[in-house]
This record gives sequence, C-alpha cells and structure tokens, in this order.
Amino acid sequence: MLDVILSLLIWVPIAGGVAVLTTGERAATGGKWLALIFALFTLGLCVPLWMNFDDASANLQFVERAAWIRTFNIEYYLGIDGFSLPLIVLTCIVTVLVLISAWEVIEYKSTQYYAAFLMLAGMMNGVFAAQDAILFYVFFEAMLIPMFVIIGVWGGPKRVYATFKFFLYTFLGSVFMLIGLVYLYLKGQSFQLIDLQSMTLNMTEQTWLFFAFLVAFAVKIPMFPVHTWLPDAHVEAPTGGSMVLAAVMLKIGGYGFLRFSMPIAPDASAAYAWVIIALSLIAVVYIGFVALAQQDMKKLIAYSSISHMGFVTLGLFIAFALVLQKNSPDTAALAVQGAMVQMISHGFVSAAMFGAVGVLYDRVHSRQIADYGGVMNTMPWFGAFVVLFAMANCGLPGTSGFVGEFMVILAAVKANFWIAFASALTLIIGAAYTLWLVKRVIFGDVANSHVAELKDLNSREWIVMSVLAFFVLLIGLWPAPLIDVMQPSVEALLQHISQTKLIGV
Amino acid sequence: MIQAWSDLIPLLPELFLLVMINVILIAGLFIDEKRRGIIHFLAILTLVLTAVLTLRDFNVGQRFAALGGMFVRDGVSDVLKLFIYLTTAVVFVYAKHSLRVNKLFVAEYYTLVLFAVLGMCILVSGGNLLTVYLGLELLALSSYALVALDRDSSTASESAMKYFVLGALASGLLLYGMSMLYGLTGSLDLGVIADKLASGDLPPVLLAFTVTFIVVGIGFKFGAAPFHMWVPDVYHGAPTAVTLFISSAPKLAAAGMAFRVLAEGLEPRVQDWAQMLGFLALLSLAIGNLAAIAQTNLKRMLAYSTISHVGFILLGILAGDEAGMAAAMFYVIVYALMSTAAFGLIIVLSRAGFDAERIEDFKGLNQRHPWFAFLMLVTMASMAGFPPTIGFFAKLYVLQAAVDAGWLWLAITSVVFAVIGAYYYLRVIKVMYFDEPEVDHRITVPGDVRSVLAVNVVMLLALTMMAGPLTRLCEQAWQ
Repeated sequence: MLDVILSLLIWVPIAGGVAVLTTGERAATGGKWLALIFALFTLGLCVPLWMNFDDASANLQFVERAAWIRTFNIEYYLGIDGFSLPLIVLTCIVTVLVLISAWEVIEYKSTQYYAAFLMLAGMMNGVFAAQDAILFYVFFEAMLIPMFVIIGVWGGPKRVYATFKFFLYTFLGSVFMLIGLVYLYLKGQSFQLIDLQSMTLNMTEQTWLFFAFLVAFAVKIPMFPVHTWLPDAHVEAPTGGSMVLAAVMLKIGGYGFLRFSMPIAPDASAAYAWVIIALSLIAVVYIGFVALAQQDMKKLIAYSSISHMGFVTLGLFIAFALVLQKNSPDTAALAVQGAMVQMISHGFVSAAMFGAVGVLYDRVHSRQIADYGGVMNTMPWFGAFVVLFAMANCGLPGTSGFVGEFMVILAAVKANFWIAFASALTLIIGAAYTLWLVKRVIFGDVANSHVAELKDLNSREWIVMSVLAFFVLLIGLWPAPLIDVMQPSVEALLQHISQTKLIGV
Repeated sequence: MIQAWSDLIPLLPELFLLVMINVILIAGLFIDEKRRGIIHFLAILTLVLTAVLTLRDFNVGQRFAALGGMFVRDGVSDVLKLFIYLTTAVVFVYAKHSLRVNKLFVAEYYTLVLFAVLGMCILVSGGNLLTVYLGLELLALSSYALVALDRDSSTASESAMKYFVLGALASGLLLYGMSMLYGLTGSLDLGVIADKLASGDLPPVLLAFTVTFIVVGIGFKFGAAPFHMWVPDVYHGAPTAVTLFISSAPKLAAAGMAFRVLAEGLEPRVQDWAQMLGFLALLSLAIGNLAAIAQTNLKRMLAYSTISHVGFILLGILAGDEAGMAAAMFYVIVYALMSTAAFGLIIVLSRAGFDAERIEDFKGLNQRHPWFAFLMLVTMASMAGFPPTIGFFAKLYVLQAAVDAGWLWLAITSVVFAVIGAYYYLRVIKVMYFDEPEVDHRITVPGDVRSVLAVNVVMLLALTMMAGPLTRLCEQAWQ
C-alpha cells in the first residue's frame, strides 16, 4: 500500500466526493456519514505515511512515477519530502474538522457541501505531492472551482462579489506561472521539478521567472498589495470555507515559494529578496494596524492571517541574506524552519479562530464585534478555548504561534537588526488586536439579550475545538518532531540555493 | 481524367456518403412524419459506415493522392474527418429533440447537414485550390440553407441573409486570392504552388496581395475578428439545432482549410501570413472575450466565445511548424467537443415554444436538476481552460507552440484574455449554482440524449487522463 499511498491520499477523497454526490439530497444524513468516513480514512492514511517517512533523508519518498502525456514529457510524478509531509497531514486533519463542524449547520444541499470539501482535500494533497510542474498546476487551479462554489453557494450576502474576486485574482496570478513553466519546458524539455531546479538559467531568465512565480504565489499566500481578495473571501465564505482557506490554501503560496521560486530562480530570488522582505514587513506592521481597525470578527482574523503570512515570506527570503552574505547556514535553516512551523501553526490557529467565529455566528447570526460582549458569562468553555487560541494568535510562549515567529525573528536579528525590530513589532500589534477582540467579545458584562441566551459548546463543537487546542499546544510545547521531519529537506534546500545557477551560462 | 478505377478507392467514404445522401433525400419524400425517426437512424448509420470506410485505409503516417493530386488523404485529413463524423453524429442525437419540439423535424435537415459534411470532407482533403473551393462552397451553401430552415422565423431568415451575403463576399475574396496565386505560379496544385513560391523570385507586391486575400477569406470562414460580424447573428438567429451544427464540425473543416492552403500551399510565405494571423488572433481574443461579457443571450455569448477560441486556434497555426499545426488541430478537436456539449445542454433545457437561450434561463439549475448543472459546470470550466478539464491542455498545447515559435508576447496577451474570459464562463456557473430558480417546469429529456450528453461531457474530464494518445495522434498526423 505504501507504493501508492500518495495516490490514495489524492484519489480517495476525490472518489469519496463523487460517491457522496451520488447519494443525493434525499439521503443527506447517509451522505454526511459517508463523507466523514472517507475523510477519516484519508486521515488514517497519514499514520503509515508519517511512520514510514524517513526523516534522515532529504530525498523524495513514496515516489510514484508514470508517463502521462509523452508528447510533452508530462508525468504523473508524486513524491514527498519534509516540506510536503506536514502540510498533507494538516490538510487531512482540517478536512475532518471542517466536516464535523458543518454537521448540523449546513442544511441547504449538504451533500454537495461535503463533497466539495472532500474533493478539495484530494486536490490540496495533490498540490503538495506533485513533483511535476503541470501536475502541480492542474491541482493548483482545479482547487479554485470547488472553492468558488463553496463561497458562492453557502456564503454570506456579498458572496458573489467575493467569490468572483477570489477566483479571478488567483487565476490571473497563476497564468503567468503557466507561461513561465512553458518557457522552462521549451528550454529543458521537461516539466519535472527536479529537472527544472537543476537547470542553468541566466539572470534575465531567472528574473522573469521569479516575477512570474511571484505573481502566482503572492496572490495565493497573500502578500501586500495583492491581498485584498482575502478579507472579502473570508467574510463571505461559510465557516468551513474560511477554515480551509486560511488553514491550507494560503499555505500553498508559501509552499510554492519553497518549491518553485527559490530553487528554480535562486539568483534572482537572492537579488530581489529585498522586495519580498519589504512587502513582508509591510504585511506584518501595516496589515496588523489594519486588523486593529476592523469591526467584523472574520475580517479581523483575515487581516491577522495576512500579517502572519508575512512571517512566512520573511523567513523564507531572509535565508538568502543569511546564506550568501552572513555565511551562516544554521541561522538560515532556522529562518526556513521558522517559516514552515509558522505555516503549520497558523493552519491550526486560524482554523480554530474561524471555527470559533462560526460557533458564535451559528447562534447569533452576526459577525460584528459590537453585537457581542460578555460571552464568557454564558459560554465559559467556549470562552476558555477562544482565549487559548487568541494567545496562540498573538504568539504567547507555550503555544504554537510563538515557535515560528520566534525562530524567524531570531534569524532576522542575525541578518539585520532593523528587519528584526520591525517584524518583532507584531508581538505588540498582534497582541493588541487579538486581545482587544477577546476583551470586546468574550469578557465584560453580558451585552444584550442574544448573548444572554447563548448555550455553551455542544459535543460536536467540543471535538473540533479540543482537537485544534491539542495541536496548538503540542506544537507550542514540543515542536521537535515537526522540525526534525523537515530538517534534511531544509538543509538540502539551503545547499541548493547557496549554489549560483549563473556559472556555465 | 480517371486513370484507373483503383484511383477512386481513397474516395470510397465520400462516394458512399454521396450515395447515401441521395438515398436519404429520396426516402425523405416518401416517409411521413410519424416514421421520420427512420431518417434520423439512417443518417447516423451513414456517418458510422462512412467512418468505418475511412478507418479501413486509415494510416496516420501515410499520404495518398488521388485524381492527379486533386484529392489528398493523409493523417491530417483522416483525423479531421473522423472527428467531423463523430461530432455530426452527436449533433444529430441532440438535434432530434430540439427539432421535434420546434416542429422542424424534417428530412431536409439531415440531407443538408450531410451535404455539408461531404463538403467538409472534400475541403480537408483538397490537394488543389479547386477542390478546396468546391468543398468550401458545398459546405457554405448547405449552411446558408440550414440557417433558414425555420422559414417562418424572421430572425432566422435575417441571419441566413446576413450569413449568405457575408459568406459570398468572403468566398469572393478567397477566390480572388486564389486566382492571383494561379496567375503567379501557373498552377492550382498546392504542392506545385509551394515549390514555385519557395524557388522563384515573384513580384512581392502581388504576392503580398495574394496572401492577404487568402488570409482574409480564411479569416471570414473561421469567424476570426475583424471578420466575425456574422458569427453572433447567425448563432443567435438560427434554430438551436442548426447553431449546434454550425458551431462545431465546420470549425474542424475551417482548420483543415487553413492547414491545406496555408501550411501546405503557402508554406514558403509563412513569415507573411503568420504576421497577419497574429493580428487576427489578437483581435479575436480581445473582441471575443470582451464582447462576450456584455451578452445576456447564451447563444450570443457562446458565439463570442467561439471567436475567442478561434483566436487560440490561430495562435497554434501561426506558429507555422508541425508542432503548431498539431496544437491547432488538438485545440479544434477539443473545441468541437466542448461546443456540442454546450449547445446540447441548451437543447436539453428547452421545451416547446421556449428556447432556454438566455443566461437567466439557467438560474437555479442546480436545484432543478443538479446533474445537468454539473455537466454545464464542467463544460464551462473546459471552455475557460481550467484544469483538470481537457480545455486546459488544449490551451497549454497552443501556448507552447506559440512560445516556441517566438510569439511570447502574444502568448502572454492570450492568457490575460483567458482570465477576462473566465469571468463570463463563471457567470454561467454563478447563475446555475448561486441563484434561485425562476421557472419550475420539469426537465424531460429522451434517454439517448441524456446518455450521449453525459458521455460527451465526461469525455472533457476523462480525456485529461488520456491526453497522451490524442496529442500523439495529432502529432503523428503532422509528421
């Protein structure tokens, strides 16, 4: 089974989605259970995946390789390394939680909702496992259609605007990447990432490719100034849509930088790292202030996501300065690991925050901060969970949010004090907007009759919240397994980017 | 003229088709309306048997010339012909339902379509300018008559008139270009023309005019901007069963004509016509995609979308090499499949006295009939070129060819227009999934239409898995 485990991780959920669709609306409960079984089975596949993963090796593992379109040398080529593995596991966990959290909430066309999330999970696993650029691109784009439908069908009042904006923004970003890939193919007659990464390219080519990839991934992650689709999409998306969007889909942008921009165009990435670092700092500081001003809970969390993603891009691209100028690969490894840990941590924290907003929204049908106050009085358990997630969101030691940010800041100090200083402002700004949100919503006196009638978490919501809390604390207290598993891949990546591709051109 | 009877063997499919058309024409006179299903059956059977006869001598790598080079059979012609038969057979299945409810279920529809098919077969096999023109006119005249099939409808008559006038103008231009070509080279044979163009120093001004006239003529037949004016009116005005046909198979034939005349006859002047096609492609992409956004009628929207697809097909052709031609061929085959699916779905939702041709008519389709909504979703996704549908690979293929031939800027422009184009396809998905239904009549569809439609759309997804064989077929046809 291990030979085809990656294929199973991709196709079991997709086949499950089709199966759930065929059950139709008449047997909606059966469809839900079927969907959950498929999602749990997929999650179960992660266990042998993690157990049999050799964390001493940076090589691709569980490789599956078959010709797909011979004319263009496109292959069905799957394989994972230390970067892909945690993200695949994250995808599988979040998918199960999303299905559970929607259980009684989604009544309209619920089987279609479940099917859409299952298919989405398969495609996201495909993105993380693909080692052929076209295969990657196919999954990368195909994801947009289920998400388009999820936001558009089950979203809020301005869902149509939000979902079109989301789709067209992402699509526009990715077509330039496609042209870049076509260019690479014509040069090297291959779409396999391994070949693309080892191809020699001159500086002009690298620069164009770097910016083509940048457009695609900057929109996806998203970076300032192409982030504006995200708050709209998050606000209008149903709870599950927001959870998956924040927890996994944003990470695909960061993953793309790791897989495409940095190894394929290392010299251009080094030359233009300052652009990314500047934009990351703007995201961390400016978007942090924007978050402070929000009246809508989901919008606030959406802006906080952008700000947190700034740490990911900062960590990835500050590595160039550390390797090339400071000649300090250990610190560079710290930066890249920090970025990865931040991605995984943010996956759990943002899913938890959006899930918590969903819990309130299901009861009161409002996302406005002003409509709440003193929720702690009526929902003590819920309040406790929210406070925990809020602490993780502002990076309190002991929670997962601390680990990644701390590693990135630590590495940044070595590169440039002022970059580190600016990024460390998040500790203040992030704490400000998160704690102020908690103060206004959770603490204080009971604000109105709606809040007075609130009932605490039911068992279904308990499961979702406690699983997320478990991972937030686990990564916060014991990040070692996560870091170990990616260690060789990080080293291999740094080794790769420290070698210029310009020699021999 | 005929040296030996064996010279006619390569023409066997066309001869058989001609005989069968006459049989159907005569049978149509004697069979009354209740039994007209026989004609329908006979027409499909004819296509199947013609396909079998074509497959009998099918050999992708080989080239036969019959009748002194007038008629050519090679991989290109045979692959195109097979897909012409296939799309036409699918068209017949969908059209029957629509013809019935609109009281247009007449034998003439079948004979005219089959005559058009015969014209297309001659066109794509043309080794000589005369054969090309003969095939083209047989196709065109049948199409004009088909558009006017609903003689009581004033819009249909109007669009038939427009189609005829503009089509005749285009034929005139093409013929003018051909006559100049004859004057320059002294031959009508495409092979001889290519040799003469490659070797001789011919008057450049005259040559430029020749190439221009021929490109304009081909542009008209393709419906490429700025010669696209007839497309939206004809698509909109014609009965849906006819639009279904006109939008699909004749595009394969138009591509065939471009292959024969440009890639074979005018091959030495590739520099000249590639420039012109680049301009046509750019305009087609721009006008097609931008104008489609403004449409409220689905048939008109698909007409403009066709114009933008033609832009992509031209992108492959203008690359000028084998890879580019193979890419254009792949694209046009995929386009024909998508187009039949889209119009098939319009037919499915129509009922007596009501054509579901406005975009609003698709409102809330997901609630009324989730399966058809899903099929339309896949079709629209494929037209927009989203993976994992085959439409994405068609675009990838032509982009690759265009970039390889040095048309990087055009490739980049085309993907930007593809993003703009995504908007109006998404709007159809939005209407089906996000809006509430306004009408609630039951959707009743005959079983054969339902199953063929399902296969047609699922092919758009399944071909992705099997994109290898189809690309290889196109590639081999051009080796």
